[in-house]
Order: sequence, then structure tokens, then C-alpha cells
Amino acid sequence: MDAILLQVLNGLDKGGAYALIALGLTLTFGTLGVVNFAHGALFMLGAFCAVGLQEVLTLSVRVRDESITFFEAYKEEPYLVLWFGDTGAAIIDWVVPLSVLVTIPLMLLIGVAFERGLIRFFYKRPHAEQILVTFGLAIVIQELIKAGFGANPIPISAPEIARGSADIGAMLGLSGVLTYPWWRLIYLASSLFIIGGVFAFLNLTTYGMVVRAGMADRETVQLLGINIQRRFTVVFGLAAVVAGLAGALYTPILTPNYHIGMDFLVLSFVVVVVGGMGSLGGAVLAGFLLGILQSFASLNEVKSILPGIDQIIIYLVAVVVLLARPRGLLGRRGVMEA
Amino acid sequence: MTKFERPSRRGFLQGTAIAGATLAVPTFFTRGAWAQANFCNAPKGASVVLGFNVPQTGSYADEGADELRAYQLAVKHLNGEGDGGMLNTMKPSNLKGNGILGKKVEYVTGDTQTKSDAARASARRMIEKDGVIMFGGGSSSGVAIAQQSLAQEIGVVYMCGLTHSNDTTGKDKRRYGFRHFFNAYMSGEALGPVLAEVMGKDRRAYHLTADYTWGWTQEESIKNATEALGWETAQTVRTPLGAGDFSQYLTPVLNSGADVLILNHYGNDMVNSLTQAVQFGMRDKQVNGKQFEIVVPLYSELMAEGAGEAVKGIFGTSNWDWKLTDEGTAAFTKSFGQEYGRPPSQAAHTCYVQTLLYANAAETAGTFYPPEVIKALEGFEFDGMGNGPTLYRADDHQCFKDVLVVRGKENPSSQFDLLEVYKVVPRDQVTYKADIFGGELGPYEVAGCAA
Repeated sequence: MDAILLQVLNGLDKGGAYALIALGLTLTFGTLGVVNFAHGALFMLGAFCAVGLQEVLTLSVRVRDESITFFEAYKEEPYLVLWFGDTGAAIIDWVVPLSVLVTIPLMLLIGVAFERGLIRFFYKRPHAEQILVTFGLAIVIQELIKAGFGANPIPISAPEIARGSADIGAMLGLSGVLTYPWWRLIYLASSLFIIGGVFAFLNLTTYGMVVRAGMADRETVQLLGINIQRRFTVVFGLAAVVAGLAGALYTPILTPNYHIGMDFLVLSFVVVVVGGMGSLGGAVLAGFLLGILQSFASLNEVKSILPGIDQIIIYLVAVVVLLARPRGLLGRRGVMEA
Repeated sequence: MTKFERPSRRGFLQGTAIAGATLAVPTFFTRGAWAQANFCNAPKGASVVLGFNVPQTGSYADEGADELRAYQLAVKHLNGEGDGGMLNTMKPSNLKGNGILGKKVEYVTGDTQTKSDAARASARRMIEKDGVIMFGGGSSSGVAIAQQSLAQEIGVVYMCGLTHSNDTTGKDKRRYGFRHFFNAYMSGEALGPVLAEVMGKDRRAYHLTADYTWGWTQEESIKNATEALGWETAQTVRTPLGAGDFSQYLTPVLNSGADVLILNHYGNDMVNSLTQAVQFGMRDKQVNGKQFEIVVPLYSELMAEGAGEAVKGIFGTSNWDWKLTDEGTAAFTKSFGQEYGRPPSQAAHTCYVQTLLYANAAETAGTFYPPEVIKALEGFEFDGMGNGPTLYRADDHQCFKDVLVVRGKENPSSQFDLLEVYKVVPRDQVTYKADIFGGELGPYEVAGCAA
């Protein structure tokens, strides 16, 4: 029982990341009709917003390292700690939560700049060209990040208060010892909050209602005198913010490096296809579903019967869904169906 | 008038044999000389080119950068520049600081990308286009095995960089490939007794293993070593290379009844799996009435930097550490530190030493002709290179030397002081018979550049 609960939790926290990335991806496809292969790079840029903030907060002065006697070595003392002591150290400790404040405006700006500077020229071009140009853009961003931050992973820790594990067993009144990392639980809660926020924005605000109307019938909305293009630009920015937040908050879980976006890109496309191209609910549902499936497929009991299933389960599900229901789990009739 | 006497049959045969032998003598004695003058990339001018094929992009790029720093330093020292580093401490040595065999050392670099095919292509370019007489480097066993097999085909010596799989000098060993770095078997033999001493003999281990040649051989070696000391193996699980998030493989560990987690991972995989295992509270757990422990059999200082605080108290092994106190280590660390402002990694050390060993072998042989250089390296006993007395075993081209058991330091005094040497395990304890891993070295003479 404990093992099953652990795998469900694990699937949910993985699914949270998949759902957030897929949500942004499907927003872009649903509104602008653009297949954005640079979406993984937006996730990575979000992670590097946190890394960048950490670099700024830990700007240091070089001090001679007396412990090394073979040569003249130096160590770094952060200015924040020198100036503010424990308060400075606490600010550095809270870099990941603080990075949210930086990530939101920065990613919004980057998203809007992407859309205005490049993506808009490809609206009416074939999907193959959109894929090529956005994939190229992703590689350029990746290389820029590598040039700036290096190729090695850069560790970032969650605040000390959230570094340990929660005793879920005791919380749920279970007999066995069942622990799960606090930060992963926080990530799961954050992803549910962000997903809820996006749905609330689209469903409960007039702005969101117009966007949804534009997604359903762009021309009619334009005929009503609404500048739907501007709203779609904002939605692209919103998708970038969602991907960026997913990346920034993921940094204590997966040490960020320059190709972290590419690692998630293919997976998130599979999630979108399984959920249904353009279906926001489908993306979220498929994200969590595939996360849980992947987690269970990694159990030794399952792997002993089906070796290697953990590595192919997601793609296997995608194949089955595409064969049996090409429009995806919650996709609209006619989308992706011949 | 001289009367012509008909020669006897015996006389005719004797005469023919003598004449035949006389005609054959020049080719018999000069065949080697001809081959020596016309081997692949035989240096013709006043300089000789070495090829350094390291990961300049990809997950191990920083490790590759450190290897390259070490190579550049080695070239500098070989050419008589700088303070000479280990040229001053190597014993015995024929190196004079005037290049190799009087020829100035130059070098070219390549990018392995930590991919076997890319590494082979890059090495082939160095050999065919740049005319390198020796090439070296790399941070992966898959890459090392691919490169030494190319070396054997073409007949250019390959001095391995960082490669830890038993296969490199086992089933995939090659006459033209040499490994100074230690291997997974040695890690197991060195680490096993220390683990039993520190953690006790009644333990259940759970292995997470990178699913490729190095991971498999390390898992096997550590499993054999710990089981021989009384440990049980609860489970061995293969994880895909570069999995990123290992949480789905870590959660089953929590309910497996295992009280030790052994992470047969390297590079980014090690950083991620270790960090995540610590996040899952494994270091604070009590299982079977014992403290749960994590072990990382192969450590890398650069990766320890990546894992940050998660490495504290974690045991593993290392080929070398800059904090050793022998004169070779001190000389190299001083040179490297003065040049680059940071101490060298074990990857840098092995690459530096390999370059000097190759140069010394060429000096000893008095030629760049690969079969002679190979013979000079085979069975070479040396000291003063940071690992104590070391043997380059002729049977499998594996170096035998002391192995370090290291532990993540609880209170590091600097960003470079992340690991502490827990024990120096003597060479005899990690030496094994050459035939246990099989493989064939192959011939000295090969088709050469025509291959």
C-alpha cells in the first residue's frame, strides 16, 4: 500500500511538470496555431532565471584561501553575507521562491519578444517550417545559455526549511513510515495552483473569454472589431511564463543545465498529443496520467515482467492513443483526424 | 688455359645457400628500419603533433576543459617551458625538456561530445588530417573503447583519458590502447573492505546502475566485492543514461528493505541521483535498525561541486587527489594551480601523466615507431607521478597503483576541498590476474594509415 501511494505521489509530481509544460505548449498551438519547438527552451530559460538570480545574490568578493598552500588560491565571500550577515544568508537561502518574482516579468517579456520578433512571421507558413525555425531558435538559446553559464549542472537548493522530507504516513494516519520530499510536494501544489490560475484566467475573466472565442473562431472575433492578435501575443507571453515558472521551481529537483529544455521537449509534445492538440484540459489530464504511468512502469515488479517498459511506456501510450483516438483524450473532433 | 671443373652437387648447393643468404641479409636487417621510417604519421620535420580528443561540448564539457588544461601544461613542460611539473619527479625518466626525441611538441584538439561515433570521427580527422603520432583524452568508457579500437586499426597509439569500465583493459583491450586510470574492479576491491569496516557486514544493498558498459562492470565489481564480505544484494536496477529525474527509481528503494543505496552513476546522473536520494530523506532513515547509507563508487571532484552539500559523508573511490602529499602530486598541483588558479581534477591528472608516459616511452625506445613505443610502455615500472610505485602491465595495458577511498567532507574549508582521502589502499590489494576479464590485445604490426 505504501509503495503504491509513493508511486502515485511520484507520478503526480512528475505529472505536474509535464502538465505545466504541455499547458503552455497547447496554449500556443490552440491560439496561434504554431507548433513551438522552442517551448522546452522557455522551460530552461525559467530554470536559468533562478540560476541567474542565484548568481546575482551570491556576487562575491575574492578572498585569499589560506587553507590551500600549494599555490595562491582564492575563495568567494558573498557581498550579501558580508553586508547583512544572517539576513543576507537567508535571502540567498530563499533564492528559488524569490526567483518567481523575477521569472514572471522576465518570461512575459521574453514570450512577447519571441512572438513579435519571430513567431508572427510564421503564422501562415506550413507546420514543418514552424518546427524548423522554432527548433533552430531553441538550439540558439541553448548555446547562448551554455556560453554564459557553462555546460555543467549548477546546483540550487530549496530553502533549508523545505529541504527535508514530510512524514506523509503520520499525516494520513498510516502505520508504515512514508516520507516524501517537501519540495516535491510544494512543486505539486504550485503546479496545481498555476494550472488553476490559467484556467481561472481563461474561464472567469472577460479577457480569457475573448481569447477562448478567438481560439474557437478567430475570424468572427476579428469581425467584431476585437484586436485578437494582441490578445494572442499576451497568451504567448502567458505560455512562456507558465513554462518559465515550471522550470524555475523545478531547479531544486533537477540540477539545471543548458539542455534541460530539450530533455522535456519531446515528452511534453507526447503529452499534448495524448491529451489532444489544443485541449488545455487534455494537456493537464495527460500530463498527470503519463506521470503516474511512468512512475508505476519503473517498479521492479513491473520491470521484471516487461523489461525496459519504464523507458517506453509514454511513447507506447502515445502510439495506442494515436491509433485508437487520433484527436487525443480530450481533443476536439476534427483536430488531427483525417 | 684454366681448365673449368664442373662443380660437385654438394658444392653447388652450398654455394647457392651462401649466395641466397647473402642476398637476403640486407632486407632481413633493414625490414624493421624501413617500417620504422614509413609508419603512420612518422614525424618528418622539427616538430611532432599530439592529438587531444576531449569532451568540449555535452554533459562532461567542464571535465573535458580540465583535461585540456592538463594536456596544455604537459606540452609546455615537455617543451622545457614552465617549472617542469612532474618531469622533475618522474622516476625513471628519459625526458629532457626538449620536446620528444628533440622534436618540439605541438598539439591539436578535438571534441568527443561524449559520443562514441563523434569521438571516432574526431580522432580519425586528427590522424588523417593533422598527422598526430599519438592521441588521448575522453571522459567515458564507451568513447575510450571506440577510440582504442580505431587506434588498433590505424596503428596510432591511444593513451586513454578518464575511463573506468573493466572492459577497456579487459574484453575490449587493444595493443595500441593504454589506461593509466583505475577501473571498476579496483574500486570494488578498495571500497568493499572499507564499507564493511564502517557500515558493518550485515547489510542489504540496492544498486541503481547506469545502463551501459561502465555501469554494468561497476555494478558487477561492487556487488562481488561486497557480497564476498557478507553483504546481501537486495536489487539491481538499470537506469537509462541521462534520466534526469531518478525519483521513480528511488521511491521503490524506500520499501525494499535495503539499508544501503549504491549509485553506479557518473557525471550528471550522479549529481541528480545523489541529490534526489538525499532529498528523499534517505540519509536520515533507519532501516533494519541501522542508519541508511549511500555510496558513490566512482567520485569526480567536478561532479562533487555539482552535487553540493549532498556529497557530505558519502564514500567512494578516486584515482588520485590533489591533496596527497607526495612530491609528484605537489609538483603537479603547484604547476597547475599557478597556471589556472585551481587545483587539478583526477581527469586532468591522468591525462597529464599519460602524455608524459608516452613521451618517455618514445625517448626510451629512441623512435616514434609505435610497436617500439608500445614495448617501452609495456611492463614499465615508474614512480613520482602521484600514485606511488606504478606498473603498466604488459598483459592488458592497465596501470596498477594505490587506489584512494574518499569521502565527502563534512566541513570543507574551500570550494576545492570537497573530498577527503579516507584510506590509501595499497596496489597489491587491487591487483588481479590479467586473464579474468578476457580479451586479446592484438598484434604490434598493423596495416597502418591505409586501414
